Amino acid sequence: MSSNAITIPGTQIQARPWVDELHQWLTTVDHKRLGILYMLSALLFLVIGGVEALIIRIQLMHSHNNFVSPEVFNRMFTMHGTTMIFFVAMPVLFGFANYLVPLMIGARDMAFPRLNAFSFWLSFLGGLLLYFSFVGGSGLYGAGNAPDVGWWAYAPLGARAFSPGHSSDYWTLSLLVSGFGSIGTAINIIATILCMRCPGMKLGRMPLLAWLYLVQAGMVLIAITPLSAAQIMLLIDRYLGGHFFDTQAGGSAVLWMHFFWIFGHPEVYVLVIPAFAFLSEIIPVFSRKPIFGYPVMVAATVAIGLVSTSVWAHHMFSIGMNSYASSFFAITTMAVGIPTGIKIFNWIGTMWGGRIQFKVPMLFCIGFLFQFLIAGLTGIMQAAVPFDWQLTLSYFVVAHFHYVIVGGILFAIFGAFYYWYPKMTGRMLSETLGKWHFWLFLIGFHLTFDVMHIPGLLGMPRRIYTYEPGRGWDTLNFIITIGAFIQAIAILVFVANLIISYFKGAEAGNDPWDAWTLEWSTSSPPPAYNFATVPTVASRRPLWDLKHPEDPDSRYE
Amino acid sequence: MLRMKSSTLRFFEQTILLLFWSATAVWASEPKGSSSHGTNIFAPASTPAKSIADLSVFVLVITGIIFVVVFALLIYSVVKFRGRAMDAGREPAQVYGSTQIELAWTIIPILIVVVLFLATARVIHAIQDVPEPAGAVDVIAIGHQYWWEFRYPKLGIVTANELHIPVSDREHPTPTFLQLLSADTDHSFWVPELAGKTDLIPNHPNRMWMDPQRTGIFVGQCAQYCGIQHAKMLLRVSVDREDDFSAWVRAQQKVAVEEAGAIEGRRVFERNACMNCHAVDGTPADGRFGPDLTHLMSRATIAAGAAENTHDNLRLWIQNPSAIKPGSLMPAMKLSDADLDAIVSYMETLR
Repeated sequence: MSSNAITIPGTQIQARPWVDELHQWLTTVDHKRLGILYMLSALLFLVIGGVEALIIRIQLMHSHNNFVSPEVFNRMFTMHGTTMIFFVAMPVLFGFANYLVPLMIGARDMAFPRLNAFSFWLSFLGGLLLYFSFVGGSGLYGAGNAPDVGWWAYAPLGARAFSPGHSSDYWTLSLLVSGFGSIGTAINIIATILCMRCPGMKLGRMPLLAWLYLVQAGMVLIAITPLSAAQIMLLIDRYLGGHFFDTQAGGSAVLWMHFFWIFGHPEVYVLVIPAFAFLSEIIPVFSRKPIFGYPVMVAATVAIGLVSTSVWAHHMFSIGMNSYASSFFAITTMAVGIPTGIKIFNWIGTMWGGRIQFKVPMLFCIGFLFQFLIAGLTGIMQAAVPFDWQLTLSYFVVAHFHYVIVGGILFAIFGAFYYWYPKMTGRMLSETLGKWHFWLFLIGFHLTFDVMHIPGLLGMPRRIYTYEPGRGWDTLNFIITIGAFIQAIAILVFVANLIISYFKGAEAGNDPWDAWTLEWSTSSPPPAYNFATVPTVASRRPLWDLKHPEDPDSRYE
Repeated sequence: MLRMKSSTLRFFEQTILLLFWSATAVWASEPKGSSSHGTNIFAPASTPAKSIADLSVFVLVITGIIFVVVFALLIYSVVKFRGRAMDAGREPAQVYGSTQIELAWTIIPILIVVVLFLATARVIHAIQDVPEPAGAVDVIAIGHQYWWEFRYPKLGIVTANELHIPVSDREHPTPTFLQLLSADTDHSFWVPELAGKTDLIPNHPNRMWMDPQRTGIFVGQCAQYCGIQHAKMLLRVSVDREDDFSAWVRAQQKVAVEEAGAIEGRRVFERNACMNCHAVDGTPADGRFGPDLTHLMSRATIAAGAAENTHDNLRLWIQNPSAIKPGSLMPAMKLSDADLDAIVSYMETLR
């Protein structure tokens, strides 16, 4: 199993001209290439969304700043949120799913390779459509402009009376188009995991990553569908005289909020479950122990998936729900904390008694654990509804969800990049640059988002382009901005590491981390067909069995 | 469980509340004893804000304990079980799980959730389901793109941006109940030291109340993104002593004064489009799109708190609203200097 590449004697592989190479990439249906395309497009949008964040931070550096106009500021936070969620987080996570799921379950490709390519290109074109608004947002009337309705586009702000021109149509259409891409990929992931596993890989023997992506893909189907429906209803309102959300004609603004958050909250778990998946693969390998409580981890994930479909209105505690509805959403929201807590404890249980190796992927995972703990606890604070009446719509919330998305999800994604980059390219990422990246990003992150909680407690609302002096917000905002720039430098180090290591990194070999799942049994990068012979597995850690024939896992199952 | 330990808990809560208050007050550099208050959620001055702050401290204590325990476990396992050079090549004992331990860390969080939920539900009910007492002041607050309209239906007053309410003492509570409406997009009424925020949503009337126990100016602002000038939709609540409030009410109930010297300015006001949007009681001007100007000079600020109500600011605002508040819906009327001066002097008579 260790050498799986087929070499045909006597054939010379000639370097193809770059046009051919490009054509290969553009027309590929190979799950690994599509995975990499997803990741590259996500990195592109990460840089763009990051620049938007920096513009926001420069503007808020001190009170009454005039770096950008209010119009530009509102476009920046709308584009930043939309870009980061739909065109960075979703694609990069789908990219890892594409790359890893078939390799880890011993399959040669996804179930529907052409649907896979179609879905990627839909998502990518959705991103281009969003940014085309800068050129074509005002239609025929002049220069373009980007949508400025916020990433929730609360009704009636998205109605034609308040959003003339076409800028918010680009927002609607881009989410609609990329939403169809997400649905296609989710169906593909589910079909692949249920139908394409190699012999011996029962559901209970799948790597946790595959299990978690199965739940995540199911949640994508639940979450994206109401969002797409709402976007279509909004288009009907805007162009066919519908009155779903048009309050001036008797429509309901609250209906839009429900539709958006029925998407929006499961979406948080759509993003965080893959992060859990990365941790569940990386922590065992660098602790040199199997995951603690595999069945409980699966059950906790399914529980999170189920409960998280009934917590959406905790984004809406200030809209004046009655006290019974508020209480219901308070208890469901707090209840999500239970399976999430189980997961954190099980990861600690995995490290407990192990021999932890502090390689860069593991550093990012430990960072995740600390930050996700805090993010979970500030989440509990906001589930206490009256407390949330003060916290919601303030900078405290902004700090909280960046703690989840940056301190949690993005840290896990960085860990995953360092862990699987050798498999994807055949080269190791530089540990030295990796440690610079980790520590710079950690410092920048805490400087920005720890401090950001305080202006929220001091009454600073989110989405304001400027503020009055004398409120006690100036110094804090200045520190937050410095932290943002340190994070930006860390991202540059990361991108430099990706590029430099591609050309000059150490050879990785098949299995640089001495790991246990199937992707490490084939060459790095794997051949197009993944495995020369389809593997057969007898336990959750097939490579452990291979490396320790005297004490295989399969004996305990 | 809450009741059993209530006295210790209360002491605990008060101490921590004090800590939070002093910590945040340092940042806010709140002028103590002055009549102007900050926006610190841990410095409540009214019953809803006070019950929220108490619950917040309770939640902070519980989450703080969880944090310390889990953080310590994490640090311990990272330090204690770090790989060492001497175990190269050897693998640790392979442990797959433990039902007892996993049950323990499922049941304890469930208990914590139950306690937190009960505390939360009690406060939700205590704030949200309070019936309106007979002596309460009624106010209808209407959110507009980037300003606040306040109507006192029982008193026949219409004003803007600066809400006046009476102070409420424990013996004779005079709480204020606000009905929240919106004329256009969503807004949110947030004065952190008086109450939590509640949204103003078109076609979805909401209600909130406050019974401030201290006098002074309490500031806040719109918290729900409502368009270009969301940032400069500021709020001022003036909590007045009983007699000051009555005097204010009597003054606001009068129609606009007419002064002979301001007649030219009034003509300019009525000749231009001003009166389509603004009302001046006792004159033909009855527009409702912009703030009521009958007693403009009784307000300390203009443009929803974006500028102080001074002669120069008023003139600049009428000449070119975008200079103070870009994106404001008030158009620049391109008045001549003479007309501008006339209209400003007219405005200055509207006390």
